[in-house]
This record gives sequence, structure tokens and C-alpha cells, in this order.
Amino acid sequence: MTASFHVEHATRASRIGTAAFAVAIVLLAAAPAWGGRDDLRLLSEIYAYVALASLWNLLAGYAGLVSVGQQAYVGLGGYVLFASTIEAGVHPLLAVPIAGAVAAVVALPVAGLLFRLRGHYFAIGTWVVAEVFRLVASQISALGGGSGISLPAAIVTEMASSRQMREFLIYWLALALVVIVLAAIVLLLRSRYGLALTAIRDNELAARSNGVDVTRTKLAVYVLTAFGTAMVGALIFLQKLRISPDTAFSVNDWTAFVIFITVIGGIGRVEGPIIGTVVFFVLRQTLADLGSLYLLMLGAVAIAVMLFAPKGIWGFLAERFGWQLLPLERRLRFAPDARTT
Amino acid sequence: MEWVNIIIQGVLIGGLYAMFAAGLALIFGVMRLVNIAHGDLIVLAAYIALMTTDTLGLNPLLAIMIVVPIMAAIGYGLQRALLNRTLGDDVLPPLLVTFGLSVIIQNALLELFTADSRRLNAGAIEVASFPLTEGVWIGVLPLLQFVVAIAVIGALQLLFYRTALGRAFRATSDDQSVAQLMGLDNRHIFALAMALSLAVIAVAGVFIAVRTNFDPAIGPARLIFGFEAVIIGGLGSMWGTLVGGIILGVSQAIGAQINPGWQLLAGHLAFLLILAVRPEGLFPKVRG
Repeated sequence: MTASFHVEHATRASRIGTAAFAVAIVLLAAAPAWGGRDDLRLLSEIYAYVALASLWNLLAGYAGLVSVGQQAYVGLGGYVLFASTIEAGVHPLLAVPIAGAVAAVVALPVAGLLFRLRGHYFAIGTWVVAEVFRLVASQISALGGGSGISLPAAIVTEMASSRQMREFLIYWLALALVVIVLAAIVLLLRSRYGLALTAIRDNELAARSNGVDVTRTKLAVYVLTAFGTAMVGALIFLQKLRISPDTAFSVNDWTAFVIFITVIGGIGRVEGPIIGTVVFFVLRQTLADLGSLYLLMLGAVAIAVMLFAPKGIWGFLAERFGWQLLPLERRLRFAPDARTT
Repeated sequence: MEWVNIIIQGVLIGGLYAMFAAGLALIFGVMRLVNIAHGDLIVLAAYIALMTTDTLGLNPLLAIMIVVPIMAAIGYGLQRALLNRTLGDDVLPPLLVTFGLSVIIQNALLELFTADSRRLNAGAIEVASFPLTEGVWIGVLPLLQFVVAIAVIGALQLLFYRTALGRAFRATSDDQSVAQLMGLDNRHIFALAMALSLAVIAVAGVFIAVRTNFDPAIGPARLIFGFEAVIIGGLGSMWGTLVGGIILGVSQAIGAQINPGWQLLAGHLAFLLILAVRPEGLFPKVRG
């Protein structure tokens, strides 16, 4: 008998959600027409955090690789951009994918070492790697050593001669990058690898006994997130025009915020980091004056969410109301004749 | 002679790293928890030592008597109120909660004590030293720190293998549910383990406060040193942490001698090297 059923990903909610995403992307792509310079800057920053948090979510929420050292790849991406444009004369926009590729290559031997550490110790191991990257960067005097370096004006004008056009270009690049990252994650999760990843997330042992090559899948996700994270890092520092070891490998900026965003929004769900980033920026715009107290409160909120609503804001809403913004569910739909036979 | 001196300094500082590591290894052994806030709790102990010496006018080394019980009480409370809720099969909750705790402690210390570097004054003992042989001098304070580290680790070893509490720790570590069936209250045992862990790092925190400048941001690096010493020494072995600490201390001392910028890097590279050639550590006992 031939299979008379098919797998359906979309629900009514996800169709509405996907349509809303499409409209939002068009509106956001037109932002240079309706927004000021500050709006574009803020939006670019939001895109960067959505992308970083989505990648961390894929790593920790799906593959179970809890890293507290993703700043290693943000910083590596930034430094590869500066090194390839300054030392090798690469066009800055081309340097962004190069940064991703370099990070993916670096991630392979790093994973070879770190995967020897189980669960908890893996997390601290990733932090050691980030520290090693930071210390090495501060030893490279051609890139400014410990005090850092600015992107030379000649390279900056290479992108576009007018400042406004440059800002538009970086803005569109940031938007494109976050759309690509999100689309790649959705496509990955809908593929058979996504099924394997979800199985690993839910029960690693069961996944293994059903024939999922857990180590290989985790390695692939680790390398893929390094690739994406480094591209985002390259873009962040292309916008800042200046890099130093302490800003590039900052655990607060690129890991603490990212983890809090993902946990508060909802870990293990694609929509979580998006919701988390919105909450994060709303809080930041209103509470930024509090300085270190703001970070303290954010930490406390993340702990409370982890203890009392471990699936985060989106997890709570999705379970309560059955919402999903992206077509990720799998439902079996039987053909009418299949039911009668 | 210069190199002998450097290696001796490295060995002595290794005792401090071993104390960081012993606290970490203890709770991992009993409840498979890795406390990311470990380093920040060490710094917290240093600040508590600062407050007690400031208000009571005590010698910092005597302040240990006060800091240790305070930290132990914090550890017991933290475990009962917060960390016990995170334990289970999933590695995510304990990691994220202790990571959040780390950020909270750091920023609370920053808010209370500012980012200024602080230091405790222990008086004449700070600069006292004696010649071992010609050209090799040993500081009294580093030596004291090393002896205390050995005593602490020896005491932990005795406690683990010679006392009823140690038996309870080992039983819980081997099989939680059977230990519970035998009448042990896991929540209480875990809280005692955390109290002991923080008591150990309280001693380390006071020595840090006396020997070096400290500020609210130095915690994570201490966590990493302790972690590296645990992995180098091998999981589950108390004396292994001492060897791990010494290897780390000596590597850093040698690195610093070659180029001041390489001190920390040399320690990390020693750790990565061990991870590459002998991932189970030098003296493994349990598998994580």
C-alpha cells in the first residue's frame, strides 16, 4: 500500500505568522525611507541580537550544547574583518562571509577539544577558548594589541562614498543577515536534521537508540553557529568601525545578554529569541540609566523565568494558546480514502 | 637559580588554585553541579573579609574565622533556596541559574564597592621571607597559603573517606535514589556540600584579598583557574586538584617569565594540551 498521508508543517496560526513576518520584513527594509539615523542604528543592533540569540538558541536549546563562550566567535568575526580588510585589502562587505568561513574552520578543531568535556564542563571550556582568543588578539600588535584599532578611512569609504549610503548599506546587510539566519534555522529544523535535533533536545538517549548520530549532529550545529555568529560579529564591528580585545570578546555583551534574551523569550523555540530581544530592548530603553543595577535585575528575571516558567514567555503562550508564528510543527494529514481502508 | 625561584613561586600559587578547584570538584562530585558563580563567590568572600577587617580591625588572617562560617551559611541557604530546585537530568537550569547568579553577584559588588581595586593589609607577614638556599627566597605568606591549601585538601579527603558525612556524600554521589531510600535527605546533604565548598573558597578568598589587588570583575578568571585545575588533575580526585593547581601555577609562572603578556595564555595552553592528550586528566576517579 502506498502512503496515503503527508506531513503538514503549517497551521492557521503559522500562516498568519509567516505573512506577518513577510510584511514586517518589507516594512523594515524600507526603514531608511521612514526612519532617522538613530532608528536605523537601534534596529541594526536589534537585528544583531536576534541573530546572536537565535544561533545560541539553536546551539543550547536544540543541540544541548550550553556555551558561555560564543563571544569567541563574535570577536573572531570582528577581528577577521579588520585583518582581511587592513592587511589583505579585501572589500569590507566580502569580508563578512569570509569571517564566517574562517570561524567555521577554526570551530572544527575547537569542537574536537571541547567535545571531550561533558555537559556542565563543556560550558566552562567554551569560556576558556574565548579567553584564549582574547589573549591572542591582544598579542597581535598589527591589529592594535591590547588597545585595539580603528578601521582606516580608505576602507570605510570603499563601501560607499557618502556616509548616508554607507549607513543604509550596513543596515540592509544587518537585516539581510538576520533574515538569512532565521530562514536557515527554520529550514534546518524542518529538514530531517531538524527532526534529529528536536529528538536530541527531548531525549538524547532515545535519539541515539533510534539511530541519530548525536555527536555528528552536534558538531554540525556547533560549526554552523560559529559560522553565523562570526558573520554577525563581523557586521557588528563593521558598524562600530573600531575593535579591541575587551569589546570583541566581552562576555557580558555577547553572551550574558544573549542568554538572558533567549531564556526570557523562550529557549528551545525559534520565536523565543525574537520575543526576548523585544523585551530586552524595551527594558533597556527604559532602565538603561540604572547601569549595573539593570544587569543585576536582568539576571534576577532570568533566574526567576528559569525556575518558574522554564519555557519562557513564548513557551508559555504557545502552550496556552497553541500559537506558532513559524511553520515548524509536523502534523500527519491522511488522504480521505486512507481512513476508510 | 632564577628558574628555580620561578618554579617555586608557581608551585606556591598553585596551592591557591587547588583551593578554587577543590570547592568546584566537591560539589560536582556530590551533585554533578558546576557552579558558574564559583569565582564570583570567591570574590564575595574577599569583600566580606574586607568588611570584617574594616569594621572589627582584625588581622585579615584572623578574619578567616569569621568569613568561613558566613560563606558556609550563604552556601547552605543558596543551595536550599535556589540551587536544589535546578537539579535534575537537564544540564540547562543549573548552568543558567548559576550564570545569572554570577552576573548578579558581580554587579551587586560593583554597586556596593565600586570598580576600585582593593587590598587587605596583613602587616609584616606580607613581606617576610627566608632563604631556602643561596639565591632562592621563599615568602612566608605564599608558603603559609600553600600549607593551608594542603591542610584543607587533606581535611576534605579525610572527611570524604573517614566520616559519616563523607559516607553520606559518597552515597548520594553514587546513587541519589538509593541514598534517599536509606534515609538520607538529599536536599540537606547537597546544602551541606555547598556550605563546605564555600567554606573552602572563603579561605582562598581571604588569601586573594591579602596577596593581590581585587575588584568585582576578577571572579570569572578564578572560576576558570579552578576549572582548569580540576580537569588537569582529573575529575573526582582531591589530591588531583592539588597537582592540577600546581601545574597551572607553574605554567603561568614560566609563561610570565618569557613574556608578561603570556602568563594567562600559558596556563590556558597547558590546560588545552592536557585536554588534547589526556582528556580524563592525570588522576581520574569518576566519570562525569
